[in-house]
Amino acid sequence: MKTVIADHLVKTYRKGEVKALDDLSLDVEEGTVLSVLGPNGAGKTTTVRILATLLKPDSGSASVAGIDVIKHPDKVREVIGLSGQYAAVDETLTGWDNLVMFGRLYHLGKTASIKRAEDLLERFSLTESARRPIKTYSGGMRRRLDLAASLIVQPRVLFLDEPTTGLDPRGRQEMWEVIQELVKGGVTLLLTTQYLEEADQLADEIAVIDHGKVIARGTSDALKKQVGGERLEITVETADLSKASEIVSRISGSAIHVDVRTISAPVLTGSIALMEALRALDEAKIHPLDIGLKRPSLDDVFLSLTGHTAEEVEAKA
Amino acid sequence: MKNAITDALVITKRQLLQLARVPEVLIFSTIQPVMFVLLFRYVFGGSIATGQPGGYVQLLMPGIFVQTVAFTLAATASGLAEDMKKGLIDRFRSLPISRSALVVGRTLGDSLLNIVVLIVMAAAGYAVGWRPTSSHLSVLSAFIFLLMFGYALSWTGIFAGLAVRDARTVQNVSFLITFPMTFLSNAFAPTTGMPKALQYVAEWNPVSTMVAACRQLFGLENQFGATANSFPSQHPLTTSIIYMVVIMVIFIPLSVRKYKNSSN
Repeated sequence: MKTVIADHLVKTYRKGEVKALDDLSLDVEEGTVLSVLGPNGAGKTTTVRILATLLKPDSGSASVAGIDVIKHPDKVREVIGLSGQYAAVDETLTGWDNLVMFGRLYHLGKTASIKRAEDLLERFSLTESARRPIKTYSGGMRRRLDLAASLIVQPRVLFLDEPTTGLDPRGRQEMWEVIQELVKGGVTLLLTTQYLEEADQLADEIAVIDHGKVIARGTSDALKKQVGGERLEITVETADLSKASEIVSRISGSAIHVDVRTISAPVLTGSIALMEALRALDEAKIHPLDIGLKRPSLDDVFLSLTGHTAEEVEAKA
Repeated sequence: MKNAITDALVITKRQLLQLARVPEVLIFSTIQPVMFVLLFRYVFGGSIATGQPGGYVQLLMPGIFVQTVAFTLAATASGLAEDMKKGLIDRFRSLPISRSALVVGRTLGDSLLNIVVLIVMAAAGYAVGWRPTSSHLSVLSAFIFLLMFGYALSWTGIFAGLAVRDARTVQNVSFLITFPMTFLSNAFAPTTGMPKALQYVAEWNPVSTMVAACRQLFGLENQFGATANSFPSQHPLTTSIIYMVVIMVIFIPLSVRKYKNSSN
């Protein structure tokens, strides 16, 4: 059963000038994790906001747990949890205050709210800091508390909008562990991210979006296959860059990608291509700083699908 | 309906908790009006002649009460703008709660804050010689009246906070409006000294009608207002009530609608 369905969603801003969503469709199978992957401004947050009833699309339809998002937003709100990009909790209040307040707003009784708050604090290793104001929390703790607040009533569908953006590697790792625990519990999860590694780690399926459209979807492996096999990657001194690029381009026969001093391109022949490249470099008297074959990463998927890497778009935005 | 009320009360409680966790806010929001009481009482009090028994402080206190409740709208607005910016409003909007709970809850919380501030100010006024001469019931109704005015105004603060979305900007804007409004009135000095055109503005200013109404309820003659025989200076109580109703009729639906559509 499809628990989340977005059907031909269109959303424009500034009277049609900015197209945030351009006929976007996706769905999530019950009990699975879909990662919506894309650079800043691709339409990830807009998609989540529509599905979580915060925003109305210009056209198209959407449903969550079989309930129409546009016609019955109140009913949808009863079955979803949302944890956004910014930790949306009251920073002047303590973690305990916040969770009890949200419990009350979900209409749990007073004792039930307190019980639930304490359980969640325990589960997210926040018991020790429960009585401190949120503004004294680390970034990772804030996100965990925010996530806890979206789990008060055990939602059937959980939306996590860039849950680890801005966290340090340790905070990110902790967050991933927490999310993996949740997924084991059987929640249907739609997660947006601009980190390819995150999608790879957490998702059953990935939908790559760019400019408000889904441009590819499938499992991580399927997407990698779509890019083709291995990539040849060579790092050289700046002076040798153009000559080396020519060589890689000739051997690969497809478009190359240059990042500072590293040249990469897909190759079909694996180690044969690698040897060929070594010989050609040697003839040209170029000594590579590093050379090797790389299994495709989701970065490469993104690159081959959109012609640019996620980071490039971000830098422009 | 029952849920709508309990939801709003949870939001009100949140505001009280904030005050408990950050007591500085409460301390500063009471220190400022007390400072005004002292400054006006001792700086202007000596040089503004009144025929009033008890002197300037009798006329001053109603003016400062009204000014103080008017100033709280800036706090309402900036608090809400802050919630918008931090994404807290989105979280509330994704919950299965009544659409009006958040804004209604906040206006109730502001009223509670106003009660505390008014008590502190009344005590400060009493200490510097303010003595209402009317019955206890009249004095009580003056304070209820002030709270109602504060409540009506907090809806304009709600609307401003939702519309502007930046706490600092909205605070400055609110101040730029409420500051001249409270001074372009009969609150601190007779309107008779103003240029003729301004006198009319001052007479119709809701702050003036509120101040005049409070003076009446505290058992004073409204010396600073009655320059022309205009309707507001003749009927300050009625005019003030009309103003409050008008403000609420306009700003409650506007604010609730703005809140519902706040991310579109």
